[in-house]
Amino acid sequence: MRGMPAIVVKGLVKKFGKVVAVDGISFEVKEGEIFAFLGPNGAGKTTTIKMLTTLLHPTDGMMKVNGFDPVSQMDDVRRSFGIVFQDPSLDDDLTAEENMHFHAVLYGVKKDIREKRIHDLLRFVELEERKDDLVKKFSGGMKRRLEIARGLIHHPKILFLDEPTLGLDPQTRNSMWEHVSKLRKSEGMTVFFTTHYMEEAARIADRVAIIDHGKILKVGTVDELKRQTKAKSLEDAFLKLTGRVIREEQSTSLERMRTMRKGWGR
Amino acid sequence: MMDPLQVMWLRQVKKYWRSKPRMIGSLGQPILFLVAFGFGFGHIYAKAGGGNYLQFLAPGIIAMSILFTAMFTGIELIWDRRFGFLKETLVAPVSRSQLVLGRTLGGATVAVAQGIVVCIISVLVGFRPEHLELLPLALVFMFLIAFLFTALGTAIASRMEDMQAFPLIINFLIMPLFFLSGALFPLTGAPKGLDVVMRLNPLSYGVDGLRGALTGTADFGFRLDLLVLVGVTIVVFIIEKQLFSKVEV
Ligand SMILES: Nc1ncnc2c1ncn2[C@@H]1O[C@H](COP(=O)(O)OP(=O)(O)O)[C@@H](O)[C@H]1O
Ligand SMILES: [Mg+2]
Repeated sequence: MRGMPAIVVKGLVKKFGKVVAVDGISFEVKEGEIFAFLGPNGAGKTTTIKMLTTLLHPTDGMMKVNGFDPVSQMDDVRRSFGIVFQDPSLDDDLTAEENMHFHAVLYGVKKDIREKRIHDLLRFVELEERKDDLVKKFSGGMKRRLEIARGLIHHPKILFLDEPTLGLDPQTRNSMWEHVSKLRKSEGMTVFFTTHYMEEAARIADRVAIIDHGKILKVGTVDELKRQTKAKSLEDAFLKLTGRVIREEQSTSLERMRTMRKGWGR
Repeated sequence: MMDPLQVMWLRQVKKYWRSKPRMIGSLGQPILFLVAFGFGFGHIYAKAGGGNYLQFLAPGIIAMSILFTAMFTGIELIWDRRFGFLKETLVAPVSRSQLVLGRTLGGATVAVAQGIVVCIISVLVGFRPEHLELLPLALVFMFLIAFLFTALGTAIASRMEDMQAFPLIINFLIMPLFFLSGALFPLTGAPKGLDVVMRLNPLSYGVDGLRGALTGTADFGFRLDLLVLVGVTIVVFIIEKQLFSKVEV
């Protein structure tokens, strides 16, 4: 359906015991739009994505993803999106190609187009020569690229990217965004991504939602946000809204430690 | 055309095939048991009028290796959760029942393969299957044992996040299941209380059926063996499915 919003969220709440991770947020993402969640660690970005992608049940509120309800129409929702998780999600004991193949079969990509898509995507993320290597031999950046390629195999209508560029070098970062915007044009894909890089949100997103402590403080284009807060830059707007800056170095190293701890066990 | 069930199955078989140390390591214990018990107790058993002990023991050891491999398969679920791969399968448009069935079939296949290897090793050390025409039935029993205990191990794993605790719990369960299954000594003539426990142990029916198919002496009879195994397997699989549906990442 044309003109139908890709994502609708109303009064969404998620509590973990006493912790209110997401505190009654509402927003809409239009079809074909690139939409960013900008906020510091612990703001509730990942929790929101997990609810939208059927991994977590909301405590309260309403959601629609591609017109379907993630709580009651899980399978329809699942067929609608691709996702690159914040934390690693590859099988290290399989090869790059096997990881791709596994995903393609789970998503019912037809055999005749499967091999070509896998091949094209691996070439695009520059992993074609390494397709038969076990993923455990890959560097962090290579794994990230493979995850991005994997999320695109089934040509999702909506692509969720949870801090996709974390730990990537600037060059890979740029080429990833280039490919994502190419796909958006050719497939009319909607992109929802989270980040705590100001620069990335400002440069890539059509609209940005600033989120902190589980609440959305403002949504709009970067220009709108600047105008409404009478700020010179997005950083400035962010500072005025949240009363703080995101200290990139600190948060990235924290994120990395978290990811590593998850990977290696306690 | 591959479907999700097949690709889940294939993944587990491939991973197992690639981890040679795991494969070889898990053969150590059955070989040790075959040699130590088979030759150690052999003459006592013969003197007591039991006949050839290795003929009695080998089916029990085959069942043991299947039990161990199957139960420990559950740890793969904990790994998948810890290393993040579980998320990838849980957001796919595939039902939880298919995911869990694929997992269980994959684990069961690996456990049966392990059982077949132990069977071949038993033959090498002197075990002789007596009814070749019953070999398909032996495979059926091997598969049922494998499926039942893969489902049990995975059910337990779906409630656990701790990689260190899982082996402890599994060992705690495996030992009584194995020792009180008639794998090492016959049910007939066991003291009264023990006899009851052994009859309540589903593995006893697997060992009995497997021994019957390989050597011709089944105490309970194939019909009862199959009935109990299939019944318990269905119940455990349903529980496994329920627990797996509640898994969150
Ligand atoms: N499974 C969980 N159990 C308890 N608390 C959680 C869980 N997941 C997230 N939280 C808490 O919810 C808040 C939001 O987390 P998250 O959504 O991961 O933030 P972000 O992705 O923006 O960094 C944090 O305070 C975090 O500690
Ligand atoms: Mg996050």
